[in-house]
Amino acid sequence: MTGVLEAIKAAIPSAGVELLNNPSPCAQHSLLVAADDARAVAEFLRDSLGFDFCSNVSGVDWLPRKIKEEVVHKETVEGVESEVKETVEREIPGFLEVVYHLFSIAKKSGPLTLRVRTGNRGGDVSIPSLTPVWKGADFQEREVFDLYGVRFDGHPDLRRLLMWEEFADHPMRKDYVAPDDFEYEPTPHDKILAKVKARTEAA
Amino acid sequence: MLDEELKADLQKRGIFVASFEDLYNWGRKNSLWPLQFGLACCAIEMIATAAARFDMARFGAEVFRPSPRQADLMIIAGTVTKKMAPLVVRLYNQMPEPKYVLAMGACAISGGPFKEGYNVLKGIDRYIPVDVAIPGCPPRPEALLEGLIKLQEKIQGQRLFGPHRARHADTGDAADYPVPAYGAHDLEPASTPGVFQPDPPRRDGE
Repeated sequence: MTGVLEAIKAAIPSAGVELLNNPSPCAQHSLLVAADDARAVAEFLRDSLGFDFCSNVSGVDWLPRKIKEEVVHKETVEGVESEVKETVEREIPGFLEVVYHLFSIAKKSGPLTLRVRTGNRGGDVSIPSLTPVWKGADFQEREVFDLYGVRFDGHPDLRRLLMWEEFADHPMRKDYVAPDDFEYEPTPHDKILAKVKARTEAA
Repeated sequence: MLDEELKADLQKRGIFVASFEDLYNWGRKNSLWPLQFGLACCAIEMIATAAARFDMARFGAEVFRPSPRQADLMIIAGTVTKKMAPLVVRLYNQMPEPKYVLAMGACAISGGPFKEGYNVLKGIDRYIPVDVAIPGCPPRPEALLEGLIKLQEKIQGQRLFGPHRARHADTGDAADYPVPAYGAHDLEPASTPGVFQPDPPRRDGE
């Protein structure tokens, strides 16, 4: 992965590419690519590094969230310098993310995971389409557009894939509320759900 | 109506007496022509039912017609998505009377495992009248045959004259069932009033 990152940096020095480490045992690290450079990076990956197959395009909806960070700063109290740890809460605004899984059939390598993020979840939801680079991304980008509402600039035929044209919502977004039009039936999971709810409320 | 005892007595002497209704319904129930379409995995079981091993032809229902104009039985075999529902209602409207509907499987009856989803219709009975519902996920071919036999019993019992005559024997203008429109959030209307009386949605295990 670092080799790919260095190759991209060497070929396109201005490209905004960042390595995102996955700390879990699977260690599937990914490359976060700035939306403006996505087309150039994708073309470089296909033409120079041999990633000729885009196997999967998925969407992720990231809600705004708060993370707690420990910040260490130096403080001088009565002439004695000491390090003080402080917990700072930082808010990360929400955004939509599109994840591409690339393989190289020629070199028998992969997957390479590309991530592209939109500006926010409201008005700025455009990212460049990678369908002109990998033809196979066509329907999958349409599906992401349908279910998450990401607009792919430069897509040859950006229409809804699964829902009907008049449908206004994006059902896979986390704040989507489905129409309340069915009769409630207790499920075998109800007891477990109640137990989990009680536990989370106690915590 | 002919006395059943007298009828049996005459039959012993080699005289068969039947009403016109009985003969007419006997003919109808043994020549049901299903509409040839499947919506999901239940369709595979329906195909198996029609093929040699289970052989729906034994019940006179093997002539699957590719046109609704020639069919009189609609087997809703599978999940009806909200995108598909208006087309199913339109096909039903295009079928000539007398026509019957078999809702095959959990999805066609109630939405089944997809009941809490955003894109699946919670039962085709929201838009068109269902004569026989066959539970199962998917139902076995035997279950579909059982449903077919139940429908045949229903047809045999239908009256052609009198105040309790069947829908198709009514001389009044048969109106089409309203085709739902694609709305911004759901199908509009979510169910046809008069065809389906929904329970109010309940939550929190009331």
